[in-house]
Amino acid sequence: MMGSKEGLRLTPSQTVGPYLSLGLLREDWSKLVSPDHPQAIRIEGTLYDGAGEPVTDGLVEIWQAAPSGRYDHPADGREELPLEEGFHGFGRSGTEEEGRFSFVTLKPGPVPGPGGTTQAPHVMVAVFARGLLKHLITRIYFEDEEEANGQDPVLRSIGNERVRSTLIARKEAGSLYRFDIRLQGEGQTAFFKLSA
Amino acid sequence: MQQHGPAQEQQREILVPQEDELEQPPYLYPDYVGTRLRAPKEPLIILPKTLSDITGPVYGHHKPGELDNDLTRQHEGEPQGQKIIVHGRVLDGDGRPVRNTLVEIWQANAAGRYRHKVDQHPAPIDPNFSGAGRTLTDDDGYYRFVTIKPGAYPWQNHYNAWRPAHIHFSLFGRAFRSRLVTQMYFPGDPLFFQDPIFNSVRDEKARERMISSFDLEATIPEEALGFRFDIVLEGRDATPFERPHA
Repeated sequence: MMGSKEGLRLTPSQTVGPYLSLGLLREDWSKLVSPDHPQAIRIEGTLYDGAGEPVTDGLVEIWQAAPSGRYDHPADGREELPLEEGFHGFGRSGTEEEGRFSFVTLKPGPVPGPGGTTQAPHVMVAVFARGLLKHLITRIYFEDEEEANGQDPVLRSIGNERVRSTLIARKEAGSLYRFDIRLQGEGQTAFFKLSA
Repeated sequence: MQQHGPAQEQQREILVPQEDELEQPPYLYPDYVGTRLRAPKEPLIILPKTLSDITGPVYGHHKPGELDNDLTRQHEGEPQGQKIIVHGRVLDGDGRPVRNTLVEIWQANAAGRYRHKVDQHPAPIDPNFSGAGRTLTDDDGYYRFVTIKPGAYPWQNHYNAWRPAHIHFSLFGRAFRSRLVTQMYFPGDPLFFQDPIFNSVRDEKARERMISSFDLEATIPEEALGFRFDIVLEGRDATPFERPHA
């Protein structure tokens, strides 16, 4: 393999194709905690394409901090913040049922942002599907965190209110949040490019 | 591509060499018809590097089973087709091994048929082949699968369209930002020229990084051909989190 002072070149991305469930949905990883957990929340949504049709061969993955705001990962050295027993922050849901995905999880806490700022509670999201040559990245914020959202450096960097609102999960009955993902067209979800 | 975001981020974006863009596929690649209604049209928003993307699911909480990396031993009988070894190392951009990371694969059988209800290709299902495997890399970032060489198969993208033989690979690496799903191809496949998924990577050298190489050393006499496929994931510096310079 070639090396250089710029480092090795990355392996290119390719689509998951229409049969991703064979390899990636062999088990149900959509419940990050038991639905009986007293602080469990449910996040539900539908994945839509540019014609407004549900995408039934997609995959949604999430990654998030614990309720304390700490990530279960060695790069987060803030050991004074507790982790949740049995909660690691990763989940995966297929969209085979009419484009719908869902997660049972805990609400994450706030996490540090750039330049001493604080990021509002949020969930990192990766979207995979046939027709996506590389996965899409978005974030779920929570409607009932209005004050924290107002201070969030990422939300604040988005001037367009309509675009910003696509990142906010709407609170429905009880502990249920709704977060639809629109790949293209009217109401398209805001997608991110990770800075190097 | 035009970007939202703070002015300094836009500046940084302009400095990215253009060839980087050609080494990864675009979202919209009209020759691959499936991208037309699924590629976002709005500009991507630059996300500053934070703890949220330099962390990720790394602990291997979902331990693969003992036979999960041998796709030829998951049923009563042996599957049809050419038995192969697919192995290699998972590395970061500095060439360091990515250890203990989950590698998931899925593929068609020797006849080019996926064991999936949506696959309507009239080639036969093999009752002894599911076509899915997974393993964890070891301390050298090394992984190894035993499987069957997948067949090419037709699809509806354009007239007489055939996918080159390939194995789907899914990897996590050390962080959310190193997540990768790709496809491994086989050397010398005559179908490359007409495949829009393969050719969506416009840089030729980058396309070559998706093609495994025949590996005589890994080949088992009278049993299985060896193929080598090394994978490079994003991530160059695993030092603990520091706040990015503003």
